Amino acid sequence: MTMQETVDVSRNDLDNIVRVRNLRKSYGDLEVLKGITLNVRKGEAAFIIGASGSGKSTFLRCVNSLETYQGGELWVEDYLVGAEWTGKRWVEARAATTASRRSRIGMVFQRFNLFPHMTALENVISGLVMVHGVETTQARKRGMELLDKVGLADRAESYPARLSGGQQQRVAIARALAANPSVILFDEPTSALDPELVGEVLSVMRQLIRDGMTMLVVTHEITFAEEVGDTVYFIDKGVVAEAGAPADVIRNPTNARTAEFLARIR
Amino acid sequence: MINVDQQAKDLRIHRRSGPRIANAIIAVIALLIVGIAVKVFIGAGQIRWDIVWEYFWSPAVFSGVGITLMLTLISLVGSIILGTVLAAMMISGNPVLKLIASSYIWFFRGTPLLVQIVFWFNLGLFLPTIDLFGASVNTNTIITPLTAALLGLLLNVSAFMCEVIRGGLISVDQGQTEAALSIGLTPNKALLRIVLPQAIRVILPTAGNLAIDLLKTTSLVYVIGTREIMGTTQSIAAQTFYVIETLVVASLWYLVLVTISSFLQSRLENYLARSDIRTTSKIRKVI
Ligand SMILES: Nc1ncnc2c1ncn2[C@@H]1O[C@H](COP(=O)(O)OP(=O)(O)OP(=O)(O)O)[C@@H](O)[C@H]1O
Ligand SMILES: [Mg+2]
Repeated sequence: MTMQETVDVSRNDLDNIVRVRNLRKSYGDLEVLKGITLNVRKGEAAFIIGASGSGKSTFLRCVNSLETYQGGELWVEDYLVGAEWTGKRWVEARAATTASRRSRIGMVFQRFNLFPHMTALENVISGLVMVHGVETTQARKRGMELLDKVGLADRAESYPARLSGGQQQRVAIARALAANPSVILFDEPTSALDPELVGEVLSVMRQLIRDGMTMLVVTHEITFAEEVGDTVYFIDKGVVAEAGAPADVIRNPTNARTAEFLARIR
Repeated sequence: MINVDQQAKDLRIHRRSGPRIANAIIAVIALLIVGIAVKVFIGAGQIRWDIVWEYFWSPAVFSGVGITLMLTLISLVGSIILGTVLAAMMISGNPVLKLIASSYIWFFRGTPLLVQIVFWFNLGLFLPTIDLFGASVNTNTIITPLTAALLGLLLNVSAFMCEVIRGGLISVDQGQTEAALSIGLTPNKALLRIVLPQAIRVILPTAGNLAIDLLKTTSLVYVIGTREIMGTTQSIAAQTFYVIETLVVASLWYLVLVTISSFLQSRLENYLARSDIRTTSKIRKVI
């Protein structure tokens, strides 16, 4: 196969929303990702686990172009992340292209990152209004549906500072859902929460999985990953050290490092 | 057994009188000191209050007040524009722009404003004509006491304004930018529509202090003959020898202007501090 044929195969493989081949990423001399390879099927709930500093956040940030990568291929739907095909060659994607691609991906952050100067509802519809140009009354209607979905319709007019951590994260999930993304990335969505608030966020995520949303989740909630995940990837030192169904990876890890990691966080 | 209810009814905490007496004594001493100071400087001094009163309302001083306000406002607006440009250069990824902006700040913060003002006024001494885009003008026709004062103040305050704006921008958590990018805003729009509205709340109070400082700092330009409050009162003093009276007139006018500005500033801060309302009305318009 020629280079272009490989590219076409990757580009047209639309059953897999996210396709990663041998992804490498460094910060200066520090190589953080040393060849990540994985696929996320449409409707799949993929979980990424691994020790602190193993590169999980870095990987998610690459998928959403918040970081650039130095090697390998990273496809989302029909585009190569960070690049545009001119008909002759690949060139760095323009800022506007990257922005419109990001609007098709939802992202939920560990620290929520709600906009503090906007109400819950305004946060949810911010992308619809500012990016997609949806008319206000229509956007508010959609926003209310989403807030209802995460159980916060009664807090639509509250500012983030008046919401608990769990409520803020649920608003953030509603914001990530607003533009009907093809995939949602979660980076440790419950790590900043008090233990008694974790459950409400997990139950919203459980509902999304039931609805068939494609999700890529970095988490330390091993039990949750085991319960609802389709696939679990254990990332160690910048590579996927073990991958498979939760029952295999979490119950019966074959890799010694996986077993060691699971024993440590249990 | 003690009856708890009974005891609660009887419980009383007695006042201590020691601290109160001490406070009263300190207050009396402080008033005495202030009284003596007032007596020395005002009562027994040779100030002609009728002269102060007369010049306070004189048309010449009024026009000086006007020029002080004009210098302040133009330098303020100009420094907000130039300061924003410099701040944008500082936070841009472009190392050359960053170097230019930081050199500017280094120079204008590092040399005394008085020196800068006198320098601009004497620009014609080493740069007799200014050649730009083929046109040539005599420097001395452009550089008047007023334009030299404006140039000196504006360029200087811009360096400080840049730091205020930049400080506000970097005080906003990086996660805000990431969230803004993740919903699909371009980097420029993220800065303008998500980061800036939050930074404004940090920038405005500090910028307000800078503006009030600027109001008083304009008095420096009297050395090059600009007829603002200080320049006007000084020239009156030179003709009439009412040196102290005209200084009092100048001080009173600065106090009036600063008091009004401080009042406006605290109104603004209160408005921004209303956590729920914040900049909502503006955002609602945007959304
Ligand atoms: N902006 C950066 N500059 C330099 N090094 C970085 C940067 N961001 C992350 N790193 C380094 O990259 C490595 C991976 O970081 P990353 O945040 O991806 O880890 P992680 O798996 O998400 O860890 P955690 O579970 O603690 O969130 C770490 O060694 C980290 O110090
Ligand atoms: Mg992380």
